[in-house]
Amino acid sequence: MDFRLTPAEEAFRQEFREWLTQTLPRDWDPFNQPTFKDPEKIRDAYREFQKKLSNAGYAGMHYDKAYGGQGRSLMEGVIVSQEMGRRCISLVMPGVITHGMALPLIYFCGTEDQKKKFIPKILDGSHLWCQGFSEPDAGSDVANISTMAARDGDDYIVNGQKVWTSMAHFADFCLLVVRTDPDSRKHKGLSYLLVDMSLPGIDPRPMTQITGEAEFNEVFFDNVRVPVGSLIGEEGQGWKMAITTLMFERAMGDVVISAAYETNVEKLIHMAATTKNSGQPVIEDPVYRQQIAQSYIDIMALKYHGLRNFSHHIKTGIPGPEGSIGKLLWSEPNQRITEAAMDMQGPAGQVTGGPWSVQGGSWQYAFLRSKGNTIEAGTSEIQRNIIGERVLGLPKDASRDKSPS
Amino acid sequence: MDITLSKTQKDIAQEARRFLKKECPSEYVQEMFKDSRGMTDDLWRKMAEMDWMALRIPETYGGMGMKQIDMSLLLEEMGRAVVPGPFFSTVILAGETILAAGTDIQKKKYLSDIADGKIMATLALHEPDGGSDPGYIQMTGIRNGDDFTLDGTKLYVPDAHLADFVVMPVRTGTTAKPADSISLFILSTREKGVTISPLPTMDGTRKLSVVICKEVRLSRASLLGELNKGWRPLLLALQRAQVGLCAESVGGAQKAMEIASDYAKIRVQYDQPIGSFQAVKHMCAQMFTEAESSRSMMYWASWAQDYGAENEAAIAASSAKSYCGDAFTRVASKGIQVLGGTGFTMENEMHLYLKRAKANQAALGNSIYHRERVMQLLSSANE
Repeated sequence: MDFRLTPAEEAFRQEFREWLTQTLPRDWDPFNQPTFKDPEKIRDAYREFQKKLSNAGYAGMHYDKAYGGQGRSLMEGVIVSQEMGRRCISLVMPGVITHGMALPLIYFCGTEDQKKKFIPKILDGSHLWCQGFSEPDAGSDVANISTMAARDGDDYIVNGQKVWTSMAHFADFCLLVVRTDPDSRKHKGLSYLLVDMSLPGIDPRPMTQITGEAEFNEVFFDNVRVPVGSLIGEEGQGWKMAITTLMFERAMGDVVISAAYETNVEKLIHMAATTKNSGQPVIEDPVYRQQIAQSYIDIMALKYHGLRNFSHHIKTGIPGPEGSIGKLLWSEPNQRITEAAMDMQGPAGQVTGGPWSVQGGSWQYAFLRSKGNTIEAGTSEIQRNIIGERVLGLPKDASRDKSPS
Repeated sequence: MDITLSKTQKDIAQEARRFLKKECPSEYVQEMFKDSRGMTDDLWRKMAEMDWMALRIPETYGGMGMKQIDMSLLLEEMGRAVVPGPFFSTVILAGETILAAGTDIQKKKYLSDIADGKIMATLALHEPDGGSDPGYIQMTGIRNGDDFTLDGTKLYVPDAHLADFVVMPVRTGTTAKPADSISLFILSTREKGVTISPLPTMDGTRKLSVVICKEVRLSRASLLGELNKGWRPLLLALQRAQVGLCAESVGGAQKAMEIASDYAKIRVQYDQPIGSFQAVKHMCAQMFTEAESSRSMMYWASWAQDYGAENEAAIAASSAKSYCGDAFTRVASKGIQVLGGTGFTMENEMHLYLKRAKANQAALGNSIYHRERVMQLLSSANE
């Protein structure tokens, strides 16, 4: 057992750190949080940064050179992810679906043509992707998808509606889950299409979330003609592909998130040292000290659990049982941390900006945004069902047992 | 980076689990829970034959020279079986303190006896009004020529009723700072002026006593290591002991989770196994989550004791101590809830886990103490 990097990896970390320092603007605030207030601005910032990463040889670290990757080790990929998570999560966040879902799915399941067409454009920042999974009647019951793709000559004709589609209003492509077999139910008969968002008949409508901004969309598909060449993998294998290819990227995603949350805890400590209550810095208050320490400890658990899971995955090729709990370990602590941060501000906890706000109102934003953490990408309840049933082998509940799956 | 277990490490755990399944089943633990000694010489001898006492003692002193993580894996299995008796007190509390503080001669003498299972010992950490603070040491050691006279009271001393000797942190210096006023002594429990009285304790598998010293005269040979320089080695030993408790807690949490989820699979109500109900399933899933994340924390803290920087080792130990102790307590509490009325009986083994969880949480600094320590260590790291 060794938690350390090799000297070569440590040197690489230093190299990448220096590159980041030189590349990020001089007045860059590492505490800057990703927001979606101005979609075009964050998209452009993402693209510009991804282009720089690509030019400098840091994009797609562990992907094959033939598709614009770097052909480096997984560990070097982790290092880049950690450093970006720590220093500039706001530049990375818009690409989370692109790099966490579209890229691995195309890489592991795409045809040679699809890989050549899409991967280099992802890695150089040209293309942003969204993911069309959830539907009005397919939320936690995600296999209850009804968006249909009917074959018509060389096209599929897609009809239906997606919802909670992050970034669809400015994405170039969509990783779209459709039902290609109209007689199928549940997980069977689902397929993945790689859909150009500029096709006629696609209508994304941004939804205003509780933070006041629009990160998600409803997306309507009205007789959209998608060329059959857009199918990835085999028809009807969509569900299986999603399960088998995305586990590893989830482990990588947990690493990025934990690095970003380490920075958040630093921000919390900084806030507590500079915010006063009855004239005294709140960091001197024993009650708040307990909360700050608990925040730090929870993030250390997330960090070392994530690395342990990742390490197991690298060594054995499969995720260990510890992989399934990663999401609970970041989503729930993040809610507690943002809540503690607001408490520490006292009455200023109500203020979301301006000179009398604390740290620009960023914790108020983070508090509201964190409420989505236990819902998006599988609710906490679904995570606990998965752990209970797949890991511990507990029986399915009677009502869900009756539905075919 | 490689956060997986080696073949040897997996073997340590597997062998321990096999051994304890046979030698320390829950019926035995239940019996020892009520027994006034709380141990049998037979199990003690067998554990010594397995070389468990020798595991982390350096080869020079008759041990096997293994690392903290190896000991943690053994302790995880011991926590899983809620092993009663003075192993932790002797090997970890006394052993680690002697290893950290002792002179070469003292280490040769005491550690080889511990490694062979020939002696039992413990460490007296707490005093009246001191709470969780190990630095609150009022027991005095007045120097008189080459002798020292000890006066004072030590509380909540684990397994003192069995120990051949107790390692005693004593105030010998005149300054307020523990760093240069604390000395450690090896106090034979047969010494004149020593009274040991057992305390009624919730966890019958970890018995506690009061140790009172009244004009106890010790020769200079009883001084462990250097005069007035006992604090630093004591803290280092404590850190390893805290990590050791984390390992026990991880094993206990794992087993409590397994008992509960196994029960949820077979206990039928409303014509179905209760584990099919989400309210019960989610409790089991949460128990799993807490046991696994505690294990990750414990691995980090174990590794850091031997390979991490000084500050990292201290932060990791305190972080893990509060995290694993709290998690074990929550897991065992949920375990009782999942088992329902059955879990609320003495007959069922779940109470052993809840009581050990509370003992581990309270011992060697509670969670509140360790969270405050994390804050202090974080600010000293940034200075």
